[in-house]
Amino acid sequence: MSILDGKKVIVIGDRDGIPGPAISLCAESAGAEVIFSATECFV
Amino acid sequence: MKNSVMMGAGYILVHTPDLVVHYGTTQTSERIVNPGSEYLKQIKTSLRTYDRVRSYYPNQTYIGNITPFDLAKIDGPWQNLTCPVDDRYGPFGEIMPQDEFYLLIQAVDEFELVFLEKGFVETTKTKLAGDPIISSYILSRIRDGIESERVNNMVESGEAEGLYMDDRLVGAVKKAHAFDPNLSAHVMVENLVSKASSTLALLYAVRNAGIDRREVEYTIDCSEEACGDMNQRGGGNFAKATAEIAELSRSTGCDIRGFCAAPSHAVIVAAGLVKAGIFKTVAVTAGGSTAKLGMNGKDHVKKGLPILEDVLGGFAVIISANDGINPEINTDSIGWHAVGTGSAPQNVISSLATDPLDKLGLKVTDIDYYSPEMQNPDITKPAGAGDVPAANLKMIGALAVKRGDIDRRELPAFVAKHGLPGFAPTQGHIPSGVPVMGHAREGMLRGEINRVMIIGKGSLFLGRMTNLFDGVSFIMEPNSGAEEAPAVSSEEIRRIIARSLRDFASGLLKAGENDE
Repeated sequence: MSILDGKKVIVIGDRDGIPGPAISLCAESAGAEVIFSATECFV
Repeated sequence: MKNSVMMGAGYILVHTPDLVVHYGTTQTSERIVNPGSEYLKQIKTSLRTYDRVRSYYPNQTYIGNITPFDLAKIDGPWQNLTCPVDDRYGPFGEIMPQDEFYLLIQAVDEFELVFLEKGFVETTKTKLAGDPIISSYILSRIRDGIESERVNNMVESGEAEGLYMDDRLVGAVKKAHAFDPNLSAHVMVENLVSKASSTLALLYAVRNAGIDRREVEYTIDCSEEACGDMNQRGGGNFAKATAEIAELSRSTGCDIRGFCAAPSHAVIVAAGLVKAGIFKTVAVTAGGSTAKLGMNGKDHVKKGLPILEDVLGGFAVIISANDGINPEINTDSIGWHAVGTGSAPQNVISSLATDPLDKLGLKVTDIDYYSPEMQNPDITKPAGAGDVPAANLKMIGALAVKRGDIDRRELPAFVAKHGLPGFAPTQGHIPSGVPVMGHAREGMLRGEINRVMIIGKGSLFLGRMTNLFDGVSFIMEPNSGAEEAPAVSSEEIRRIIARSLRDFASGLLKAGENDE
């Protein structure tokens, strides 16, 4: 069983950090369902 | 084929406290969403004075009075410190005050949209005339002012947006069409501000490059605004419009857009156009963005800080044919984030930083300084975005460890040695790699710097056309000075081969004679 099995996840990534799609892939590989993913630019 | 060179740069700031209040999207949004908010009440007392903006370390670094190498020795946050240099002018450009900039906005207006109050023009025109970069042509474009009542009527009727000095209405920018939203008064303010600040940077770049204005054959604008009407929103062309005001009479040009990465894209295109011999001298220029003024203001005020995003930024560089002196743009090793690169940080940094090094057989440590995103951490850290240049350097350093270029324990030292502090305002494209170009050129001409990598990154997803990120990079190097070997004709090659065969045959004959 993965650590995020059965969890719904909202992903907010950072352009100069870890972008949304990369976090989404990690979350999905840990069993989560990504219901929203975005990358934000704070600069 | 020799690389093109960077002849000079212009870097300018404009202190615009009233534009922060009236045109920054954080403030305009707050007035819609939460009109009675504490933030809106505190804005006025949170704005810095022009003198304070001039004595701010990052601003003096941007215009060239302080080097980023010296700034790195001064522990921040810098907003608590007073820079010992507080000059309006620096080797790269200047910090223009708001009142004079309003006159410059009118000077770049070709359609009689900008109206200024009579008394305001009379008192401010003399001030602007004292700016040595402002040409008589620009001064001649400033019209006599009008009565304040007319200015008030334009704004109150809704046909114009106001220009204010400490909340006093001193001018108006009219809409350019009855109902086209792309030519609304608000859009015209944004575009004229971008054009005016770009013009100022371009004037400095041409002066600093030591060239005649007629030498510029192509101008590229790489700002973030879009000009056009309802039939061609974003049609352009800021570049040629700006070149016109800067009196670059032999220049054509076009706009390059790519969010914050646009300046790096534009420099690469310019370097390619020159290296290919299409145009001998190309100007790359960008003006500032009113929308981003006070972007993180709520966080700053919440933490008891002044609103630090109170300046517009402008930038311009002149790229020209190799003169054997100025630093080269090495187009043999461009880095780019491709459609298929993906978004994993390792892939992103590889594509931008290490792939171009591999093409040249260099190690990560062979680059003296990396200039990724040079946002001022005084602005970004209180807003929760961290120290952006340092974060980028850590990722480059991590990749260096992975490649075996440095040991894991050397990572902090790598960041300190190969990184530079962020000193540019968060004006999107303005801090994206290019602020270091001017300082890098100076350092290379002094023989103190060998290689600098400029990295521009762009948030394409903000346009809602793609989820992709973007970025490009290029390397600046001192001029190689080596002359290209003259081309050898086929006749010459035949002569060389014949001579070699003759020598070889004569050698064989001599050897035979000796054996006998």
